[in-house]
Amino acid sequence: MKQALNNMFDDIYKPLDEPCAGKIVICTGTGCVASGSLKVLQAFTEEIRKAGFDVAQTLPEAKESTRPDSTVRLSKSGCQGFCQMGPLVTVLPENILYTKVKPEDVAEIVTETLLNKRVIERLLYKDPVTKEPCQGQNEIVFYKRQSRFVLKMCGELDPESIDEYIERGGYDAAKKAYSDMTPEQICKMILESGLRGRGGGGFPTGRKWELTRIQPGDKKYVICNGDEGDPGAFMDRSVMEGNPHSVIEGIMIAARAVGADEAYIYVRMEYPLAVKRLRKAVEAAESKGVLGKNVLGSGRQLICHVMEGAGAFVCGEETALISSIEGKRGMPSPKPPFPAQKGLNGKPTVINNVETLATIPLIVNLGVEKFRKIGNEKSPGTKTFALSGHVANTGLIEVPLGITLREIIYDIGGGVTDKHGTITNDGFKIVQIGGPSGGCLTEQHLELSLDFDSLREIGAMIGSGGLVLMNKNTCMVSVAHYFMQFTQNESCGKCVLCREGTKQMLYLLEDIMNGQATAQTLELLEQLARVVQKGSLCGLGKTAPNPVLSTLRYFRDEYEAHVFGKRCPAGQCKALLVPEIDPEKCKGCTLCARKCPVEAITGERGKPHTIDPEKCIKCGACAAACKFLAVTGV
Amino acid sequence: MKLESRNNQIAQEVIEIVEKYNFQREKLLQILEELNDSYGYLSEFVMKEVAKNLQLTTTEVYSVATFYSFLNTRPKGKYIIRLCKTISCVLAGKNAVANALRNELGIDFGETTSDGKFSLEFTNCIGMCNQGPAMLINNDVYYHLDPEKAVEIVEKYQ
Ligand SMILES: Cc1cc2nc3c(=O)[nH]c(=O)nc-3n(C[C@H](O)[C@H](O)[C@H](O)COP(=O)(O)O)c2cc1C
Ligand code: FES
Repeated sequence: MKQALNNMFDDIYKPLDEPCAGKIVICTGTGCVASGSLKVLQAFTEEIRKAGFDVAQTLPEAKESTRPDSTVRLSKSGCQGFCQMGPLVTVLPENILYTKVKPEDVAEIVTETLLNKRVIERLLYKDPVTKEPCQGQNEIVFYKRQSRFVLKMCGELDPESIDEYIERGGYDAAKKAYSDMTPEQICKMILESGLRGRGGGGFPTGRKWELTRIQPGDKKYVICNGDEGDPGAFMDRSVMEGNPHSVIEGIMIAARAVGADEAYIYVRMEYPLAVKRLRKAVEAAESKGVLGKNVLGSGRQLICHVMEGAGAFVCGEETALISSIEGKRGMPSPKPPFPAQKGLNGKPTVINNVETLATIPLIVNLGVEKFRKIGNEKSPGTKTFALSGHVANTGLIEVPLGITLREIIYDIGGGVTDKHGTITNDGFKIVQIGGPSGGCLTEQHLELSLDFDSLREIGAMIGSGGLVLMNKNTCMVSVAHYFMQFTQNESCGKCVLCREGTKQMLYLLEDIMNGQATAQTLELLEQLARVVQKGSLCGLGKTAPNPVLSTLRYFRDEYEAHVFGKRCPAGQCKALLVPEIDPEKCKGCTLCARKCPVEAITGERGKPHTIDPEKCIKCGACAAACKFLAVTGV
Repeated sequence: MKLESRNNQIAQEVIEIVEKYNFQREKLLQILEELNDSYGYLSEFVMKEVAKNLQLTTTEVYSVATFYSFLNTRPKGKYIIRLCKTISCVLAGKNAVANALRNELGIDFGETTSDGKFSLEFTNCIGMCNQGPAMLINNDVYYHLDPEKAVEIVEKYQ
């Protein structure tokens, strides 16, 4: 079944016609670039030339090569998701994936693999459980259990080449939309596909488009929301960096569907590479006549702007984002009127998330029926998630909606890790889903189907797709505190309850962590949570109490241990810890006593030392110095 | 006199940028971003000039400039170090890195070194969550930090 699905995706992409002796793809996503993939790329250029071959860095170069048998195509790709193992290098057509490649390894790859077709085992990924080397993506569990649909081309295409995108069938869907389909037909198709917004809300995209289409007036806008601000989320970044043309194509189809002639891609400033790649892609599309005054020869206009945000989380909210594009403070405004009625500059506006838009061309190409075979009835299609935290395989994944949490954590993620990064069998505590608006999923949710509705039923949400895994040694009060601090900082200040209420909730959580809470604190916290939910205008405030409420629901005992027992079961809340030196472990080396700035540690050389909790300021210097891990609670 | 000619020059530069955006009010954020890039921060003088050219009140420009954390209304260091303070990076050991950076530069977060070289700040998630702790120095991304590595990287900019 899974195999069949993946084959189905292959159909929509045409093969590249490259008459070359071989091809090497190097990942140049942010992760791999940061671990040195550009140096690896440089080394490949040199080594391949040394071996007597020509190097073709772009598709036209490869096509124009006068001696194809002696030309090697060297291509960059977007993020392949497995950043942890980067830089990633794939040798084609054999499809051998090398991980953690260093410039020093390149000469060997050229002579051994490219010329002599031998696999270098040392550079292959080893399965963490079986220790078996894996040759390609299809042998690696991390990839095997995924359905890479939106992300598929991210790892194959050169994101800076419009030629490659076009040759693989890119902009075919846009052509269809601009020449063979009416706006009504497009809206109907997307509605029937059942596609729901990937930006968090899960609102049916087709319905949003139809609402905008029927508005009177000839000035309308499309906005692509690339403000991805949820902590632990980086899916949209990878799509914008890895396949920027797919986002542009989605925007074009949306524009055609609603009758817009101007579009904005709003990207956060924290993503410099995405901004650069999108700008380049827009320029290329304009020069090819894909965008501009005469879109694909249809006589219609579409001007596309790439705009940078300036570091405000609330700007991800659609009405705030619109204010920000208008050059104002990014503050949300009440809905209705919805952007579909009165959006940017007061005109009807469609605003969609990056991933939603990148899915559109695929639906047009694949057809509604096939698309609906992926995922489940109410939530068709795939969703990308960013896995991070205490999990063996971190990275970017894409799975059909409706997959269980267990499959994500234990199959794709490879299991939960302890603080040293070793896989542990019973370490799982929670997954935080949906960032500061979401909630936590616990052991009892492992078999839950991950889709929009089942998550909503249990008071969580898919959100944009960040999955932050936490092991047993994580304190739930601290986690709630962390998210509260986040929303408190990011509250734009417009609504009193969001601005002041979150602050008070934060103080209450601090009391709990500092051992100053009473029975009343918990009561007050819950009361305040409900008030903040009710009294805030936008999603930021409305959902701000979610992390507190959901941790309280599943880990009330842990809160109570803090409040009544003045104890942090996970051993994280500093104020509640009692500094101690384990006499079994202490060798009496005196190092800790010498490091202590307040002379709280005493003891004779060669004998176990002790800490005076009254004097100790919990600076942690002793624990950092101790080679025998004897000091705890500081 | 010297200050005056410098101000004249800035005023001229502001006009050029505002002109590039056709004096459109809705381009205010882009205009401020660009000026912030060229001067490192938005001085009162720059904001007044922008307001004058766009026919806005200075308060309006100021209110936008202070809303966004990437726009500075006070001078910042040549290199702005932005350490991710978001949860995945916290789980990966951000606090130790933060301490190392404080010690290395002798300033706290939110401050700038006296030689004007470095500013130390926290940022929200920069999308390197699976490889935390992560930081940005201007536009360069660094990740998988530990205290030693962070200090080494900062030394390269010294
Ligand atoms: C506080 C807040 C932050 C948001 N951040 C984002 C974001 O970063 N990216 C995004 O696509 N949508 C975000 N949204 C949702 C948008 O308001 C909007 O619903 C979405 O962009 C619509 O696109 P979709 O229908 O394709 O999901 C946010 C909403 C709120 C309330
Ligand atoms: S949590 Fe630090 S980069 Fe995302």
